[in-house]
Amino acid sequence: MQQISLLLTSLPDGILLGFVYGVAAMGLTLIWGVMDVINLSHGPIIALGMFGTFFLFIRSGINPYLGLIPIAIVGLLLGVVIYFVAVHRVINAPHLSSLLATFSVNMIIIGIGTAVVTTSPYNVDFNMGSFQLGSTTVLGTRLIAALIAILVTGGLYLFLFRTRPGKYIRAVTNNRSAAELMGIPSTRILALSFGLGTMLAAVSGALISTFFPFSILAGGSYELKSFVIGVLGGLGNPIGALFGGLILGVLEGAIPAFLETSWVPVIEFGLFVVILLVRPNGLFGAKQ
Amino acid sequence: MKRSFAVLFSLIFVLTLILSACQPAPAEAPAEEPAVEEVMEEEAVAEEPAEEMAEEVTLVIGFTSSITGKQEVSSKRQVNGLTLWMDQVNEAGGFTLSDGTVVKFAAQTYDDESNTERVQELYTRLIAEDNADFLISPYSSGLTSAASIVAEQNGKIMITTGAADDDAYKTGNTSLFQLYTPGSLYMSSTVDMLKELDPDAKVAIVYEAVKFATGVAQGIVPYLEANGFEVVLEEGYDTDTADFGPIVNKIAGSGATVLLGGGHYPDGTALARALYERNIGLKFAYLLVAPADTKFPELGDAALGIAVSSQWELAATHTEAEAGNMGVEWFGPTGEEFASAYEAAYGDPPTYHVAGGYTAGLVLQKAIMDADSVDTDAVKAALNAMNLMTFFGGTQFDSSEEAHGLQTAHKMVVAQWQLNADGELERVIVAPADVATADPLYPIPTR
Repeated sequence: MQQISLLLTSLPDGILLGFVYGVAAMGLTLIWGVMDVINLSHGPIIALGMFGTFFLFIRSGINPYLGLIPIAIVGLLLGVVIYFVAVHRVINAPHLSSLLATFSVNMIIIGIGTAVVTTSPYNVDFNMGSFQLGSTTVLGTRLIAALIAILVTGGLYLFLFRTRPGKYIRAVTNNRSAAELMGIPSTRILALSFGLGTMLAAVSGALISTFFPFSILAGGSYELKSFVIGVLGGLGNPIGALFGGLILGVLEGAIPAFLETSWVPVIEFGLFVVILLVRPNGLFGAKQ
Repeated sequence: MKRSFAVLFSLIFVLTLILSACQPAPAEAPAEEPAVEEVMEEEAVAEEPAEEMAEEVTLVIGFTSSITGKQEVSSKRQVNGLTLWMDQVNEAGGFTLSDGTVVKFAAQTYDDESNTERVQELYTRLIAEDNADFLISPYSSGLTSAASIVAEQNGKIMITTGAADDDAYKTGNTSLFQLYTPGSLYMSSTVDMLKELDPDAKVAIVYEAVKFATGVAQGIVPYLEANGFEVVLEEGYDTDTADFGPIVNKIAGSGATVLLGGGHYPDGTALARALYERNIGLKFAYLLVAPADTKFPELGDAALGIAVSSQWELAATHTEAEAGNMGVEWFGPTGEEFASAYEAAYGDPPTYHVAGGYTAGLVLQKAIMDADSVDTDAVKAALNAMNLMTFFGGTQFDSSEEAHGLQTAHKMVVAQWQLNADGELERVIVAPADVATADPLYPIPTR
């Protein structure tokens, strides 16, 4: 009975957090879906988003939610730069090449980040209050982050399905050669997709920084979660990533009610392996 | 294709040769026994040329520091303390043994990245390639445990600081010497204080699932129960945990009124913040390590009321008079001298990690002076016989086979973040009563 009570207390927390995890994973899965690239620089970019909020809020006094706008723009531009510098030349090479290229970017960002901000933990001392929902304490920061995550997902959906560049992205995803024959500038669309992926990573990092302390190394664990969510939501299916994020959030809220907290990663990654074995394209898999 | 590979290979080979040739000649590595160079002081030579020739020994002190990774915050402070000691000794011209040998120190250090495997590799390198004469431990029990194996295998003395876990000293080693109060005694002062404040408190023990924190947390349970406290929750969490929401909910669900736990800096700050945000009505919250750091108030209101065991606090620094009362030898600077020298060098007040690093050097220096030799066996014997008081506190090592090197004389205090008259967060000492600078904040305020 105590477990059920604990489950009911922790579940809303997990669900709210799951939306933000979903945004982080959306970036990874968008890049994978469009160009078959596993972006190993995803984690450090999440961390850069966290530091973006830190510097804008702590140093410049800009509200963390307003700060999302410049962070998103810089994230988009950074992604385009990374694409042209590290990814474009290996886009048609075997997966290992792009994996190593993005891993190199990962190491470069962490190296520069370590030199500039060290690996010390930072904290954005920002509070939006809380309210009681039954036995649950709902934190304002998490609620707003979840709402923003839903808005971002909706925006991404509209962009992909209602705008011309979005349609180009889907066309390039389906068949790059055919899209090029139709006059779609595939290189620019790939760069835009990579930029969108990194933008989503940076935005998720900015949101996470409003409720957890972080360091330049903090993105690594969210990158790993993004892989699990990518598989849960379907590899290459950015909208499915939101559902994957919710599943992971619910698991993180529910497992501690029944087991020691240290079992959470064991079960998460156990599930990751099982889904890869049983449904290699993920639960809501779109990609063949 | 083959031809171009051959050309490329040749180019790389030639380039490597050129780079090797351009590399500056390696500094003369210290030999197995300390390098000895003769320094002749001109004035002395003029008066008594033969007898005034002093031998100068530069001992290499090997250690790793976590410049990056999870242990960075505390490790850097520890190394700052050690560096300050070394600079002071060297700037004073070293110290002289009875045979006229002037002893100075040089540091050889690497970044261990807070990584156990790297620690073993680097301590092997410090011993085998850098010919370190004496070793200082890395920061944290986990890293020290890994390094201690290498030190012991090579018979090198290692003064351990920033490493409180008891287990490493119960494996039959003869070369480790611990400065910190052992982990099993970490929370005992806090439990004694709680017994006075609230003997009916229900205690939750929530700790980082690593060697040090697990040892401390599990080690205190029998003491809590012996003092009549009910332990309502005992749980470890993963080092990488960022979301402490479910754990805090679990603490609330257990009916605990007091939390004892934590681990290191990153998880400690995240847990403190989660406790504050959820406001679960705890009367007292104690976390290991993190609240002892000067960065902790960056958490803002979440830092208020959080308590920590501290190996040293300036407000309760140990004194020569105290040593005299106990009949123990005093050595080194006063706490105030140490603190002002540190602030002058690094710009912020020293934490107990800094003091531990400094004292590691101080204790080694005293052992060499007592041994009147730089020979490892002689210094080891001096350490085994040591019964000393410094500003850091008592230093005496267990010399039994069962727990050789375990610290037996050092005592801890309990500190707590409270608001001072100006409304600013300040770490005050709340126990033991004879050194307390403020009453404990109990229960801690709720929002």
